[in-house]
Amino acid sequence: MKKSLILLAGVLFPVMGWASGGGAMYPNDDISIDWSDKAAMQRGAALFSNYCLSCHSAGYSRYNRVGKDLGISDELMSENLIFTTDKYGEKTKVGSLMKVNMTGEYAEQAFGTAPPDLSLIARSRGTHWLYNYLRGFYLDDTRPMGVNNGVFPAVGMPHVLAELEGLKTAKKEMQDDGHGGQHEVIVGFEQVTQGSMTAEEYDQAVKDLVAFLDYLAEPYKETRQNVGTGVLIFLFFFLILAYLLKKEYWKDVH
Amino acid sequence: MSKSSDLMGWIDARFPLTKMWEEHLSKYYAPKNFNFWYFFGSLALLVLVIQIVTGIFLTMQYKPDGATAFASVEYIMRDVDWGWLIRYLHSTGASAFFIVVYLHMFRGLMYGSYQKPRELIWLFGMFIFLALMAEAFMGYLLPWGQMSYWGAQVIISLFGAIPVIGDDITLWIRGDFVISDATLNRFFALHVIAVPLILIMLVVMHILALHEVGSNNPDGIDIKKNKDENGIPLDGIPFHPYYSVKDIVGVVVFLMLFSVVVFFMPEMNGYFLEHANFVPANPFKTPEHIAPVWYFTPFYAILRAVPDKLIGVIGMFAAIIVLFLLPWFDRGKVRSIRYRSGAFKGLLIMFIISFIGLGYLGALPATEGRTLFARIFTIGYFGYFIGLWFISKNEKTKPVPERVTS
Repeated sequence: MKKSLILLAGVLFPVMGWASGGGAMYPNDDISIDWSDKAAMQRGAALFSNYCLSCHSAGYSRYNRVGKDLGISDELMSENLIFTTDKYGEKTKVGSLMKVNMTGEYAEQAFGTAPPDLSLIARSRGTHWLYNYLRGFYLDDTRPMGVNNGVFPAVGMPHVLAELEGLKTAKKEMQDDGHGGQHEVIVGFEQVTQGSMTAEEYDQAVKDLVAFLDYLAEPYKETRQNVGTGVLIFLFFFLILAYLLKKEYWKDVH
Repeated sequence: MSKSSDLMGWIDARFPLTKMWEEHLSKYYAPKNFNFWYFFGSLALLVLVIQIVTGIFLTMQYKPDGATAFASVEYIMRDVDWGWLIRYLHSTGASAFFIVVYLHMFRGLMYGSYQKPRELIWLFGMFIFLALMAEAFMGYLLPWGQMSYWGAQVIISLFGAIPVIGDDITLWIRGDFVISDATLNRFFALHVIAVPLILIMLVVMHILALHEVGSNNPDGIDIKKNKDENGIPLDGIPFHPYYSVKDIVGVVVFLMLFSVVVFFMPEMNGYFLEHANFVPANPFKTPEHIAPVWYFTPFYAILRAVPDKLIGVIGMFAAIIVLFLLPWFDRGKVRSIRYRSGAFKGLLIMFIISFIGLGYLGALPATEGRTLFARIFTIGYFGYFIGLWFISKNEKTKPVPERVTS
């Protein structure tokens, strides 16, 4: 019985992770997100609405929900983080969904493909991917936007954060692909122009942004875990009672 | 007479309430030696209730419409009070259902619970399993994510392998040339009404058949052979209160494990909720790797292990059909693994390794090496049934005790 349980655990709990398609990515650094650091998420929210939210929507999320969860007042949110207008030409209300005004057709003309909604991007791509993707842009003349990406090759998105990071070129090398052939991989970046941030500051800014995206993908995550802790504590005490009840009833069964 | 017994009398004169209570609970005598493996029947019932109750609440906000389905699920997750909890209970419940049912079926394999006179219990159970697979498959389309869409696309296209009428059948199932709004709507109807009705009916039949012949036990012996002067089995105890209070313990332990997933790892590393399903369905963009949800992967691996598509599809369905026929593959007279031969134990271990191996491989992209292993495990899977038929005729078994051992 024990053996079969171990076998069972083996099939239920292997780590599937995110399918990266087997492709090597560069950079490939780890990120950990501190959900208690609301200040980081606020900074991430500011970056998000300034740099992302003009092309990408976060259309399942509402401004005032973000404000409530991250400790940003409705007034502050409206004044500093909402840049769109509604269909009457008035400033978008804080209770609205975080949509963009750019139409899908226009976006497709501009970028080749409509930028995806980012509400759930941290759940479909994972925070590791996002952290490296946003740090993976490098100059490439062959691309329409002048940049390519070490995590998402041939991506249609321009390097929106270039004014913060500056621009880089990629150092590439030929490496064995393990099947007898060779392929080109990125082994490093070289800074060409300076942005307004140092490399450390930029990494931190991306970390903040990814923390915000992680929040955005599952805004109720903290509630979920808090409720879960309470439920487990309750069930633990209930288990003791249930066990004692069973023992009491079963003492006359031999 | 007290007021309450007056009321019971009034009801009993018109409806067999006391009679049913006694027949199925307070005077249903179950063997007293049930072990760990006997929790999963009642747990399956619990999960069914969880799925129905959470499902009812989900339908209040969900929109079965290709244009709004994905957004309505996110609306439930974000804007509906406790919507995330209801949805996670339902999505985790789907996987929990299969875990519990697989363990419940494995119990039957170990202790020969499918053998005479319990063949019908087994058959009803297999129909429950089949209905459950249909229910889960159609339910998985409803969130209308990329994996919902492409998973359904792959599975429905399997019917296209049937000669001559294959294409017409896939068209008939989908109601369109591709998976579309029409497919979503009919899957919704089947998922929330048709299949649940069938499931509940089958569960009732499963339990009625069980209570007609009585429960098997880890010793695989018939407790009705030894009765006291009142006709009560000496090794039997009334289901209520003994097993009802014991099952509460099992329920609480189950709920603790269940809660760990619901509250702390609802995606289960992509096994219970696949990452690609957080992207809305897009008919023009095939995901890199389409994997069915984990509970279908053993059968999916059998399908992929066979080079020919039609034979692969036949193989996949045969894997389920042989399970239906298990009571007739096993020609043995001894039920429990405790008193069966080493050959039986070896076969069962081979079966379990094959099943789990297939499940593991079915979740991964196929490579040459993996396909080879999938073929070996496929042979192991079917080998169990064929081997059982051969070894069970003149099996060298150990002596079976008269009374249950504790």
